[in-house]
Amino acid sequence: MVDDSLWIEADAGLRQLLAVLQGRGYETVGLTEQDGCITLGPIASADDLPRGRIMDTGGGHVRCRDGESDRFFDKTLPMQGLKRFVYPAHEAVAQFDDDLTITTPEVEMRPTAVFGVRACDVAAIDIFDVVFRKPPYTDARFAARRDGLLIVAVDCAVPLETCFCASMGTGPHATTGFDLALTELSDGGEHGFLVRAGSAAGRGILAELDGEAVRDDQVAAKRAQADAAAAAMTRSMPANVASVVRQSHDSPHWSEVASRCLTCANCTMVCPTCFCSTVEDRNALDGTAWRERRWDSCFSIEFSYIHGGGVRESAPARYRQWMTHKLGHWHDQFGMSGCVGCGRCIAWCPVGIDITAEAHVLAADLERAVPTMGDN
Amino acid sequence: MKPKLAVWKFSSCDGCQLTLLDCEDELLAIADAVEIAYFLEATRNRTDGPYDVSLVEGSISTPHEREQIRHVREQSRILVTIGACATAGGIQALRNTRDHGALKSAVYARPDYIDALATATPIAAHVEVDYELRGCPIDKRQLIDTLMALLSGREPRPIHTSQCVECKLAGTACVMVTQGIPCLGPVTSAGCGNLCPSVGRGCYGCFGPSESPNTQALAAEFRELGVEEAVIRDLFAGFTCAAPAFAEEIKRHGG
Ligand code: SF4
Ligand code: SF4
Ligand code: SF4
Ligand code: SF4
Repeated sequence: MVDDSLWIEADAGLRQLLAVLQGRGYETVGLTEQDGCITLGPIASADDLPRGRIMDTGGGHVRCRDGESDRFFDKTLPMQGLKRFVYPAHEAVAQFDDDLTITTPEVEMRPTAVFGVRACDVAAIDIFDVVFRKPPYTDARFAARRDGLLIVAVDCAVPLETCFCASMGTGPHATTGFDLALTELSDGGEHGFLVRAGSAAGRGILAELDGEAVRDDQVAAKRAQADAAAAAMTRSMPANVASVVRQSHDSPHWSEVASRCLTCANCTMVCPTCFCSTVEDRNALDGTAWRERRWDSCFSIEFSYIHGGGVRESAPARYRQWMTHKLGHWHDQFGMSGCVGCGRCIAWCPVGIDITAEAHVLAADLERAVPTMGDN
Repeated sequence: MKPKLAVWKFSSCDGCQLTLLDCEDELLAIADAVEIAYFLEATRNRTDGPYDVSLVEGSISTPHEREQIRHVREQSRILVTIGACATAGGIQALRNTRDHGALKSAVYARPDYIDALATATPIAAHVEVDYELRGCPIDKRQLIDTLMALLSGREPRPIHTSQCVECKLAGTACVMVTQGIPCLGPVTSAGCGNLCPSVGRGCYGCFGPSESPNTQALAAEFRELGVEEAVIRDLFAGFTCAAPAFAEEIKRHGG
């Protein structure tokens, strides 16, 4: 483990790391500030990072401002995770020519290093690996893009108000699934990063960096920082949430949520693990036709359309589908939770509906309903 | 024989028909694939019906139009309404909830010259409509795709999920969440190609209500953002003010 880590200086080290990545032919993508929020976009050098900027979040609320320090990675989570890099919002997946030959458009993916991926988003891409390419069903388009991705994770020192990864067991520090991971430390007059490798590619890059051996006090500081970040989270998911949602099928609470829910689908669109799409065939006057895949959501009525109509027309049924799939049925389907605790669905919901708060209400309702001299 | 296309105008501004002329790259190909049998904005040539496809712009606003739309329907195998006027009544439907006589006197020097109905209503209130294209004006890509679908015997499938979906597909940062700007996107149908939010403005609702518009919950959020009642009312009272979901919400905020 220690062999796989290094201490690098904040400015010179980051600059060198980006240069090494670019030297190896990677497009470099990282945090950028745009239209009032932090998002992921191309970065040319470490100078492009929104250093010192932080995001305040709440239900339906995101604002960027200057933080109290000049650290790089406190309290920022890009609007969307890695989803669109491995699974574009819409694309042609087949082309039909007028002689009826069918071709599959090539995936154009230049090797891309994403810089500053949070533990929750690393966990989310691991979930996608199961969803999109667990044998025997492999989505070749996903696989091509995923294999072109190099993940440089960064441990969270200061979480957002909407984060709850600690209760989902996915953060605040990344443990697996990355090529390189950074821990930003700025104690005792030094500012830099512990860099650890999590893959062969990561180890190769690490070997090219000018750094120093990691000291014990830095390891201790890293651990303390992770504990503090976890302790700072004010939101959490009930530990038994999977069984709570499974038992809440007939709860009156779904109607209560639906009275506030806009069925706008923002939550599913920003969720880094929601994977649903719709497929449409289109054609042009020149005789060509193509098949298009586009992100879809269980909040859309057509999503559950079968012969005769949609299965989930009512808003309560659609909200219930989202929440029970993420937190309950995902376990049956993929053997894990579909929620990594990133809190995006809370911050980017225009009316601030909070999946953790709704889960606590459902849990409390069940608790009250449990018979004291139970026979079931 | 090429299918015959007709384009009709009722009470409207011509903007939706203009979208067809605006198809530039595709226009020649379309003109090649169909016989443009009736399209006064483009050509004085006209061929008698029946027509295979009629695109109908505008709302029914006068007694004459009320008769004329029946004639158009009789002559058309497929009737597609285009735009906010034809599908919801348009901005002129603001008069529907007011005293028509008083309005006429306030606007016209000789109100007795005006032979108009007290309401402006969508085409579907008068005749059967096969497909509708929303928007003020309609979206060029939706128009072309609908024509392609009809010409090749495929079912047109305009989506009516929220405008928010278009924001997220495009990667647009939500203006309501990041700036507190009231936005009708969560209750408005997708289709415009994310025009307003992508330039940092709230959605004006010109594509009309989405498939399940929870206008009350959105109005409650506007209130939270500090928007006044009268402004909330006016937000819903735009180009699709007479679409039932929006008309009801306008009433809840003082008509
Ligand atoms: S359900 Fe919400 S908190 Fe969980 S992973 Fe999705 S967006 Fe993040
Ligand atoms: S929650 Fe809805 S959109 Fe997300 S993966 Fe499940 S069914 Fe799909
Ligand atoms: S929970 Fe929020 S983001 Fe999700 S559909 Fe409802 S209103 Fe939209
Ligand atoms: S800007 Fe408007 S349309 Fe876009 S996500 Fe926000 S509320 Fe929805």
